[in-house]
Amino acid sequence: MSLAAFFERLDRRWIYVIMALMVLVPLLWPLNLPLEPSPPVRAYHDVIAALSPGSTVLMSCDFDPASRPELEPMTRTTLRQLFRQHCKVVVVVLYPGGARLVDEIVQEVARENRQVEGVDYVNLGYKAGNEAVMVLMGQSIAGTFPRDYNGRDVTGLPIMQSVRNYSSCALLVSLSVGYPGTKEYVQQVQGRFHIPVIGGVTAVSAPTLYPYLQTGQLSGMLGGMAGAAEYEDLRFERGMASRGMDAQSLAHLFIVLCIVLGNLAQWERKWKETA
Amino acid sequence: MSPHLSPELGVWVAAALTLCIFSFLYRENPFYRFAEHLFVGVSAGYYIVLNFWTVLVANLWDPLAAAFNRPQGSPFAAHLGDYRAFLLLPALFGLLLFSRFVPRFAWVARWSLAVIIGVYAGLKTTGFAQGDFVAQVHGSIQPLWTGHWGSSINAWIFTIGLVASLLFFYFSREHKGALGSASRVGVYFLMISFGAGYGYTVMSRISLLIGRFQFLLFDWLGLR
Repeated sequence: MSLAAFFERLDRRWIYVIMALMVLVPLLWPLNLPLEPSPPVRAYHDVIAALSPGSTVLMSCDFDPASRPELEPMTRTTLRQLFRQHCKVVVVVLYPGGARLVDEIVQEVARENRQVEGVDYVNLGYKAGNEAVMVLMGQSIAGTFPRDYNGRDVTGLPIMQSVRNYSSCALLVSLSVGYPGTKEYVQQVQGRFHIPVIGGVTAVSAPTLYPYLQTGQLSGMLGGMAGAAEYEDLRFERGMASRGMDAQSLAHLFIVLCIVLGNLAQWERKWKETA
Repeated sequence: MSPHLSPELGVWVAAALTLCIFSFLYRENPFYRFAEHLFVGVSAGYYIVLNFWTVLVANLWDPLAAAFNRPQGSPFAAHLGDYRAFLLLPALFGLLLFSRFVPRFAWVARWSLAVIIGVYAGLKTTGFAQGDFVAQVHGSIQPLWTGHWGSSINAWIFTIGLVASLLFFYFSREHKGALGSASRVGVYFLMISFGAGYGYTVMSRISLLIGRFQFLLFDWLGLR
């Protein structure tokens, strides 16, 4: 039987079974394949590492549970690095379905690092308005978010006493799944308010952000689960992203094999048709 | 490695629904249909409630209530820097959108749409001009000899790719001769970028699968 005929008869469910095994097996029995942090990931890490203690960082977490596997690990690791450097973290959410999830992550990492809510960090919650909210924060963050996620008046919180607008922040960290997200922060905020921006994004949106990385508009970037795993590696952590990378690598190898075999089958068919 | 099943009901419901969705890979079945319909219904309800409390109440009702409950003076206190009462205006524009349900007055909704489109066109234009146009054109002008072979070769590849890709999108002349050759080079660069985009998309989708399997194995079955 020819390769083309074999693939035409092959039940596609066998491909699903093999793909499932490629993911399941390394999750249960890790291979610990090596990871080498890429320059954008190193830049992301180094920008945070260069912050002085006490600096205020605005962290926009614009994602929902659908992109959790990629963005939750980078959110956790970023928060840990910021807290361990004694930075003040102001969290905002511009993605409607993400406020609860983001709050869970922030509270958990803050508890783990013994940070005091309202003093060392604050979650201002979700605000509708996309780019309009980004621009409004340039005038006043407290005016844009009068109440935090728990409904408290933000003007009474100690952390907000020194936070007026972007000029009060040493860095903007944008962790986003799509629109509104890192691209919009670069367009609306980075150039206009002259604040350094670093971004953590899903792998799907990473290619669209490389031009901003090249021009320096984006000072560092984590792209997808691989970016999150490389960042964990730099921080000497073994989180969910690092544990998923063996499965990611094997699944990619299987997809490459499928593409190569599919092309061979097509060439074989064309060769037989012309012969 | 022994299982320690989760005692949480929510985890069991999430695991059951995940398996229902995965069952579609075998074939179409009632379990998949049930999970799909449940997801659509719950999502619609969730987002309606979420938008009511985080948009209507937080951005409109609360500020208006505070403005009209001022202990003294008019609620329209712009001279004191209090613009909250003027939220009546966007509220009115929001209500006008519903005029589309009455065909005779449907045209009134255009006023609201004009405001929405005008504001976003302004925001997008300035954002694009600052973030994309000027900065990207500035970043594209690179010295072709940087003093180092590696970065100089990068600059040449970048410049050739940029010019060739732009020429591919020049449609005012037939792609023949020098223009045809240059645009063909542009196609190769575009193909490479599509390939990179495809690779990243695969990585994203596999990440979602890994996330679900991690949930099933570690959170639900408790395999550690």
